[in-house]
Amino acid sequence: MTKKQKKMLTRILAAAGGFVAVALLDHFGPALPAPYWPLYLIPYLIIGWDILWKALRNIAHGQVFDENFLMAIATVGALCIGEFPEAVFVMLFYQIGELFQAVAVGRSRRSIAALMDIRPDSANVEREGELLEVDPDEVEIGETIVIRPGERVPIDGVVLEGSSALNTAALTGESLPRDVAVGDDVISGCINLTGLLRVRTTKAFGESTVAKILDLVENSSTKKAKTEQFITRFARWYTPAVVIGALLLAVIPSLVTGEWAKWVEQALIFLVISCPCALVISVPLTFFGGIGGASRVGILVKGSNYLEALARAEVVVFDKTGTLTQGVFNVTATHPDQCDKARLLETAALAESYSTHPIARSLRDAYNREVDEGRIGNVAEIAGRGVKADIDGVTVYVGNDKLMEDIGVKWRPCHRVGTTVHVATGEAYLGHIVISDQVKPDAREAVAALKAAGVRKTVMLTGDSPAVGEAVGRELGLDEVHAGLLPADKVTQVEELLAGKSPKGALCFVGDGINDAPVLSRADVGVAMGALGSDAAIEAADVVLMDDKPSKLAKGVAIARKTLSIANQNIAFALGVKAVILLLGLLGKANMWAGAFADVGVMVIAVANATRTLKTSNDEKKGR
Amino acid sequence: MKKKFSIEVDCANCAQKMEDAVNKIQGVTATVSFMQQKLIVEADDERFEELMDQVVKACKRVEPDCEIQR
Repeated sequence: MTKKQKKMLTRILAAAGGFVAVALLDHFGPALPAPYWPLYLIPYLIIGWDILWKALRNIAHGQVFDENFLMAIATVGALCIGEFPEAVFVMLFYQIGELFQAVAVGRSRRSIAALMDIRPDSANVEREGELLEVDPDEVEIGETIVIRPGERVPIDGVVLEGSSALNTAALTGESLPRDVAVGDDVISGCINLTGLLRVRTTKAFGESTVAKILDLVENSSTKKAKTEQFITRFARWYTPAVVIGALLLAVIPSLVTGEWAKWVEQALIFLVISCPCALVISVPLTFFGGIGGASRVGILVKGSNYLEALARAEVVVFDKTGTLTQGVFNVTATHPDQCDKARLLETAALAESYSTHPIARSLRDAYNREVDEGRIGNVAEIAGRGVKADIDGVTVYVGNDKLMEDIGVKWRPCHRVGTTVHVATGEAYLGHIVISDQVKPDAREAVAALKAAGVRKTVMLTGDSPAVGEAVGRELGLDEVHAGLLPADKVTQVEELLAGKSPKGALCFVGDGINDAPVLSRADVGVAMGALGSDAAIEAADVVLMDDKPSKLAKGVAIARKTLSIANQNIAFALGVKAVILLLGLLGKANMWAGAFADVGVMVIAVANATRTLKTSNDEKKGR
Repeated sequence: MKKKFSIEVDCANCAQKMEDAVNKIQGVTATVSFMQQKLIVEADDERFEELMDQVVKACKRVEPDCEIQR
């Protein structure tokens, strides 16, 4: 609690104590010639003097319908009609509610702030042989900074010296540390865990990842969800409407029945519940919590409107390369014909050991052992065909179909999709190896999770050949695959899908941020993936998945849904309770205590409900 | 130019009123985030300081208790 809040708590306790003492005296005290009721004014003033003062001051400023004014009128009115305990109680309850709200909001604000506390305080820069500690803003591009273990990387750069493991959890929600060595890029916001690093900066602080992310999160409040806008508009007419209602309620039934005290009391109850606080505070708090909870697991949402759209996701369109697949070529199958798998791979890897072709590299990666150069001789590349080499004194040919035709070996086609590499000696066919872009390990799970979350259609767009595209589509269980597309065709496809979806549903496009900016901006929600290192993605997208796991999208949808349902619960609950009390008031059946609950009690419950958006993401994290 | 200011404001409704008041000023677009206790003002570069004075004045009028750190 802050100092201000502690002071308030003291006042509340003092007033509550006084109130109880006076109430006891009033009920059980000896009868005195003077009545006890003026004593109620003591706790009333202790708790309410600032409200009365603010109400007067705000009227002077032309601000009539604020909650101070309403509280002042309601309680002073209650005093006037002789409802002393009620007046004190309403004021007391109101202040307790305000205090609770301040504490709850302050707490969730701090927990989100702590979460986003990735701003580095200083950078250690090497200048003229000396190590200086400066503000990260003052470091220029190309300077050398030193990052000790335990420190946060202040600025994006390249490692000059040293190796270490970096904790990227603050950025990606990924707990596995990332190893870096000389020549690797380091990203600001990560924490250096083990070794001392010397880094040459490649960006200014303002352009670094950490600054961009902070900017994004801080600006997310400028884009409000429709639900929030509704609340703002609603609050604008709700208060005046209820106040006018109160006025009518005080006058009309009283003129008819002559029971002024009764109907004035009902009117005062109207005033007590006329503050839209429960909605105005809890709905934005819910969205703020949802955005905060999402960023905790590495999903950055640029505004609550996008969170809302994400919750309505009906069609999810994926880019293939780099989004659903790794964008790196790997050996996906070895089909030996006349030798064992290991021998086939070894032969191919040795023969290709001098080549710089990506296929050769993936063969060597799959072989993953030291190449004994003594075993290889007479290597010759055959352009557009493959390689010929002597391995352990035997001539082998490694290459495509055409190479096999050329040397007259009978080869077998492969049913697997990808690039097929055949291996043969002069006369015998040894087998083939298939190399392809691998599907990300969690891609299948991601598609299934989206389906389970109620996404109606999953689509993949790719520039790749239809054979490859359809194979990936089948493997992942996607509903539609459109292959062989140029970047412009992708926009057309998205346009078609947009036209085909229901008006309420949202279309979500997921790409890696490279070459798909037009599609990202055309979709209802553009999601960029693997933002570590790609500024373009952060700029173009509405939602950024910090690491490159497509399954995070399903998690994002789940968080969005949950946030929206909590917001709706709060709206329904707050409006429902207020409507009931207003109705009872119209019938002349409400009392002050119920009014105080409808105002403050509802707010307290709604705020507590809103803070759940933060809590769950915590638990999920523990559960992982 | 877009600038962020730290603010201190006690209630969500008051923050909303501040936002409404500030947005009535010609040439200023503003967001008041109660959650982050931030005021984000977008205004013309050349007249920024002058407009900012008006912003503070407008905020003080609707919510005398608010603090704006410039």
